[in-house]
Amino acid sequence: MNDWPLWEVFIRSKAGLHHRHVGSLHASDEAMALENARDVYCRRMEGVSIWIVKSEEIVANNPENSEALFDPAENKIYRHPTFYDLPDNLKHM
Amino acid sequence: MAIHCNPLLHQFILQLADNALVLGHRISEWCGHGPVLEQDIALANIALDHIGQARMYYQLAASFEDGATEDSYPYQRDVRGFRNLLLLEMENKDFGYTLTRSFFYDQFHYLLLEAIIQSDHKALKEIASQAIKEVRYHCRYSSDWMKRLGDGTEESHQRVQKAVDAFYMYTGEFFMPSAADEYMAAEFNINIESIKEKWLENIQAVLQESTLAMPQDTWFQKGGKTGVHTEKLGFLLAELQYIQRAYPNMNW
Amino acid sequence: MENSMADKFQQKIDDDIRIEPRDWMPEAYRKTLIRQISQHAHSEIVGMLPEGNWITRAPNLRRKVALLAKVQDEAGHGLYLYSACETLGVSRDELINQLHTGKAKYSSIFNYPTITWADIGTIGWLVDGAAIMNQVPLCRCSYGPYARAMVKVCKEESFHQRQGFEILLTLSKGTEAQRQMLQDSVNRWWWPSMMMFGPNDADSPHSAQSMAWKIKRFSNDELRQRFVDMCVDQAKILNVTLPDPDLKWNEERGHYDYGPIDWDEFWNVVKGNGPCNRDRIETRVNAYEKGAWVREAASAYAEKQASKKAIQVA
Repeated sequence: MNDWPLWEVFIRSKAGLHHRHVGSLHASDEAMALENARDVYCRRMEGVSIWIVKSEEIVANNPENSEALFDPAENKIYRHPTFYDLPDNLKHM
Repeated sequence: MAIHCNPLLHQFILQLADNALVLGHRISEWCGHGPVLEQDIALANIALDHIGQARMYYQLAASFEDGATEDSYPYQRDVRGFRNLLLLEMENKDFGYTLTRSFFYDQFHYLLLEAIIQSDHKALKEIASQAIKEVRYHCRYSSDWMKRLGDGTEESHQRVQKAVDAFYMYTGEFFMPSAADEYMAAEFNINIESIKEKWLENIQAVLQESTLAMPQDTWFQKGGKTGVHTEKLGFLLAELQYIQRAYPNMNW
Repeated sequence: MENSMADKFQQKIDDDIRIEPRDWMPEAYRKTLIRQISQHAHSEIVGMLPEGNWITRAPNLRRKVALLAKVQDEAGHGLYLYSACETLGVSRDELINQLHTGKAKYSSIFNYPTITWADIGTIGWLVDGAAIMNQVPLCRCSYGPYARAMVKVCKEESFHQRQGFEILLTLSKGTEAQRQMLQDSVNRWWWPSMMMFGPNDADSPHSAQSMAWKIKRFSNDELRQRFVDMCVDQAKILNVTLPDPDLKWNEERGHYDYGPIDWDEFWNVVKGNGPCNRDRIETRVNAYEKGAWVREAASAYAEKQASKKAIQVA
């Protein structure tokens, strides 16, 4: 049928924060997608900046590869501050 | 009830208020019936802007009148008391008519608010400075849609051209000064005649981009500013005022 | 293979790990979600109609903007939910088509008419009240996009219930005519609101599986009981009676007992015989069909603009 393309919406809720994914919507063109994002996702002062991107243009990893992508980080505990043994009386570190 | 300001200023405020209320009311009729969910939401936002502006103007008018509230004007006057432009009481018909009505008015509304912001009336300037942010968005919304409909499909082009031809005759009234308009021009430097040229220029530019033709040789309708309305306003008020008429003098 | 996937899936659910759109899931889980989320979305959209009736007739400007904003929120909720549903691989057009052809259901409550202004308040109080009971647990639903949509919905829903209650409170403090309008409205909406929680647990076919999948967290009767307990106290503030002669406190259970629900009426309204079923669907179909040329125009315009851009680039 004639569904308009789907767009993903990212909102920065206030200056200093990242844009965060808030949902999606349908719009026929970029200008409409931006306006709709404002009308749909910023009715209660939720945002100061909007990004939109066509859903089909998002590149995502296949969840089947998750293990290869994310599990190797699990055994690199030396990247975390708690890995290092230091005396309790050492302050401000 | 005594009015504590110049009656012409009071009338001018009511012109602004009635415009906002009647258009907001009409657009609100779309709620639940839009062509697509996203546009339903957009139209409701715009209706809320207009009704919100109406409330600010009615509250200002009420502050000059003993015993009046923001609801006295919308709910207790009859057709002849309303001062809105005829265009704004026109029925929604379809999305094309609705957007054309908004398009003609939004472009005028923006210039009018600019004039008010540059004027010497403090309270009106305050309201206008808030309202103009919303109206800037209205202008973009309605002119974007004129382009989509005008330069969309053959059918949409025909439909919106019909709406443009039908509604253009109600736009002349924008620039025909009422006694209140004349008073505001003389006393506060708000001159509606002076914005006509800019309005025409803006309208033409958008229509052209929309591949739509500007209507020629039009006989302009008038009467809204003196309360001589079309038949449509009475029905609108019958609905708007129904509870207040059926159950007078109660709190809701 | 299928089996081990299914076990892994159930393990994730049991460990309270959310399922996301591209994760493997059993087909039945996907189907159940599509059915439930779309039904929920349709309810929001159809639900706009009975209340939308009163936007143009609201008794003052303050009520008018509040009601318009509320009905608009429902459009927003419908949109969040359709979006969540689309992550399961079904398009919004398809879902809307299911609503229009009667294949998909929506909450039966919206097949009752709003005939007085008090109904707007009562919908806020009882119908939104019941909806919130149903919806709050869904914020922890196992499917991520649904749970996230529900968090947004619930945040906005609390304003709805409060605006409804305030309307009724004003009526209760008003004239005799207003108090009568209030009582009449509560009389008409009480039982349909009770039915919103669905059939008794014994007659609820999908419940057990939905609980195991953590799509559902509490049973229909549990939620209904909570609703009754909550409303009895609130009714006192409004000075209205709830139209159930069997309603009384049960010391032993620590809950209010209530009378039998007319399930005949419920199933008939579900089947399409409610006072407004036909009107509601006809209105939705009408809006959609009348909007076709607008949607087509915007698509055509976007295409023209895109090809113009392409020519400029070349």
